[in-house]
Amino acid sequence: MPNPDHGPSLQQQRARSAFWFLAPMLIALFCVAAWPLLRTIWFSFTDTTLSNLYGGKWIGFDNYLSIRTLESGRVIYRGTLVDPAWWNAVWNTVRFSVLSVTIETVLGLMVALVLNAEFKGRGLVRAAILIPWAIPTIVSAKMWAWMLNDQFGILNDIMLRLGLITEKIAWTASTETAMTAVLIVDVWKTTPFMALLCLAGLQMIPRDIYEAARVDGIHPVKVFFKVTLPLVRPALMVAVIFRMLDALRIFDLIYVLTPNSAATKTMSIISRENLIDFDKFAYGSAQSTLLFAIIAIFVSLYIWLGKVDLSGGGK
Amino acid sequence: MAQIQLKNLTKAYGAVQVIKGIDLEIRKGEFMVFVGPSGCGKSTLLRLISGLEEITGGDLTFDGERVNNLIPSKRGIAMVFQSYALYPHMKVYDNMAFGMKLAKSGADDIRRRVTDAAKLLQIDHLLDRLPKELSGGQRQRVAIGRAIVRDPRVFLFDEPLSNLDAALRVATRLEIAKLHHSMSGVTMIYVTHDQVEAMTLADRICVLRDGRVEQVGTPAELYEAPNSLFVAGFIGSPKMNFLTGAPAAAHGCTTLGIRSEHITITDAGPLWQGTVVHAEDLGSDNFLFVDIGAGEPLIVRQPGKLAIPYGTRVGLTPQPQHLHRFDAAGLPIR
Amino acid sequence: MNAMSVLKTISFYLLVLVIVVFAVFPFYYAILTSFETGTALFEVNYLPQSFDWSNYATVLNGRNFPRNVLNSVFIASTTVIFALFLAVTASYALARVRFRGRGLLLMTILAVSMFPQIAVLAGLFELIRFLGIFNTPWAMILSYVIFTLPFTVWVLTTFMRDLPVEIEEAAIVDGATPWIIITKVFLPLMWPALVTTGLLAFIGAWNEFLFALTFTSSETTRTVPVAIALLSGASQYETPWGTIMAASVIVTVPLILLVLFFQRKIVAGLTAGGVKG
Repeated sequence: MPNPDHGPSLQQQRARSAFWFLAPMLIALFCVAAWPLLRTIWFSFTDTTLSNLYGGKWIGFDNYLSIRTLESGRVIYRGTLVDPAWWNAVWNTVRFSVLSVTIETVLGLMVALVLNAEFKGRGLVRAAILIPWAIPTIVSAKMWAWMLNDQFGILNDIMLRLGLITEKIAWTASTETAMTAVLIVDVWKTTPFMALLCLAGLQMIPRDIYEAARVDGIHPVKVFFKVTLPLVRPALMVAVIFRMLDALRIFDLIYVLTPNSAATKTMSIISRENLIDFDKFAYGSAQSTLLFAIIAIFVSLYIWLGKVDLSGGGK
Repeated sequence: MAQIQLKNLTKAYGAVQVIKGIDLEIRKGEFMVFVGPSGCGKSTLLRLISGLEEITGGDLTFDGERVNNLIPSKRGIAMVFQSYALYPHMKVYDNMAFGMKLAKSGADDIRRRVTDAAKLLQIDHLLDRLPKELSGGQRQRVAIGRAIVRDPRVFLFDEPLSNLDAALRVATRLEIAKLHHSMSGVTMIYVTHDQVEAMTLADRICVLRDGRVEQVGTPAELYEAPNSLFVAGFIGSPKMNFLTGAPAAAHGCTTLGIRSEHITITDAGPLWQGTVVHAEDLGSDNFLFVDIGAGEPLIVRQPGKLAIPYGTRVGLTPQPQHLHRFDAAGLPIR
Repeated sequence: MNAMSVLKTISFYLLVLVIVVFAVFPFYYAILTSFETGTALFEVNYLPQSFDWSNYATVLNGRNFPRNVLNSVFIASTTVIFALFLAVTASYALARVRFRGRGLLLMTILAVSMFPQIAVLAGLFELIRFLGIFNTPWAMILSYVIFTLPFTVWVLTTFMRDLPVEIEEAAIVDGATPWIIITKVFLPLMWPALVTTGLLAFIGAWNEFLFALTFTSSETTRTVPVAIALLSGASQYETPWGTIMAASVIVTVPLILLVLFFQRKIVAGLTAGGVKG
């Protein structure tokens, strides 16, 4: 609004400072997020190598999929999209994410229900479950790697003593158990986080609802499914999506716990392998881009479906 | 002379218009009260005058100077908020001195003004305390003191008493009235939803309804000559009695209004007959609720003690010069 | 009936016990292992058998580990200071100033925090090479902005939104500019939130692995997680479990103490970041 008589109005002053306050953050985020992402996507369409970052030529979609017909008439498909290692990683990631998030949600809700009850020493228990969350992932991976050690690991020892197994299991090395090992550690480390989020949701439910239910003589299990669960659902939905996004990009735990095991290689692991270790920089970029696309689609889908659900179920 | 002038002032949030063209003059040194039900726009109007809210249309002038876009601190105003809005981490002294420090006033000047204001409000022994160590009434005084230190030409009060309990509210009301008398030439604008506060404090009252001015006038004018059915019903306690239907038609109007103190109990040819359904004895006054078969029971005020038992049939006669007649649109017929 | 309720109480506390043991045992076992050397290491012990500090001596006298700890402290602290500084002003604008596209901007910031970090790895690698900060702490400080900044902005915005409007308006009437409002009025009220977000961001930076692994190439520039992950023994085939556990305990104990000390604030911060979205 033109303003001949005075300096900037209050709203103009505030809008102007808002701009200057936001600018540094936006520039920072642009530099570390938007620009690198765009570069990664660009690299994925080139044949750039690690040793020659600026020497890449544009090769279109070849890193994703290239179809070449030889003179003999044979058709050769190449690229990530026909790479069995990639699809194995996709499958591993999805399997890991769905399993870990499901287990963690169920266990987290259970722990939260326990912590929501009033009992002596509740504060101590809550402090105890914060410990796994506080321990760096790498450290927990190492700790568990030691506990899961095939020869000297305590877990095998316990299970042998309890008669659950008859011979020692090579948890991290064997293809059948590697994923289980990863899941155990991830569940141990992340259930507390879920439990705390669920607990926060539970504590927002007014106590008198439970008292009313008790007065009405409704069975506790029914109360849980008919009252508690619908009320914590919004908080739970948010927690689940956060966890899911975390799980889809998992890297460090697997890198340390089960290195080189094809049974647990995830999208992040295989992308980094190609990017840095195998000097297939552009190929790895393509895989990173795909992972980004998958997560972006997942988020949009989740928000979209979540909304549909909300308008359908909400009254 | 008009110190503050509002010309066709409007405020809209997107498509929703909350202030719908207000014309008003506020004189220098006047105590003006904005009163109205919640959602009438009275607080928004105050915030437009303070500059905290942006004016959508029209003109706002202070001493003849257009201030539509002037930032609040340069308008020469001070504001007392509903929640006191003291800075929780600053001692009382610093709370009161903050504005002057920002204005880069001299240290001596600041000290003198803060101590003067503190003495005036009898909070000079609290200057080293934090707001959380004060009672509600003391916080209110600090908030007022902070306003005084700014030495404003206009004081703005946004429902300052609504967080206090009833007894303290009356005491602080008196305090504010005294403050107004002691600071001659300082204009005060006061927002409240409580018509008693408005009646007791104001030089003039501006009744707002739905973003428009319903009536402006002295408390007596509003009480005696309400410009509309709305004002008639809003100002005065107990509420003015309204009669519709036959009793109103008999006087040639749609709604007939009569205040409780203007009805006489009489046996000599009463205009209305009714049954006492309830009585409230306040000691000095007696309120009788008389059902005359026309909507709500009529409230009749009788001074002193008057023992009329429940269920008694009484005759009522209004004082004809105090009848208020309103047409179907709620406008007075005079 | 009475026996029933006793049984209920017992099974409830049993459940609590299981939860606590499951949560605490691995760390307990790591401490236990860190005090064992030689053959004791290769026997499964449930209770402490020896108190041998030699693993700790090995770690602390090692050439690089103290250096790695310093690296981590420096990187995490600088990252946190940087993020908080940028986030305080930005969150004021996001929480307190009405402007078009504010909701979209907040969603974008949230989206960045959900980024798969691998997606920016190639681009960041190039940027870091270009800036000449590869294999220096600055590489990590720069790249950690991607997850610390959105998180701090998000949490501080939710916190700042809850600060009373009238206090800000009182300051405006007193003549405070937005900068003064932030520094003189809001910051003193925000220190609990700053401590919480700062601490959470610190833990995030302290624990980060992917960037630290990729952007360092020598043992002296590694951060603690990378150092522990790549800690090797005298020979290639022997994993030095004792020293690894000692190193793990060293870097974890301060963290656990911090977390336990700030327990309530951390829980509040986590839920503000997670649930209020």
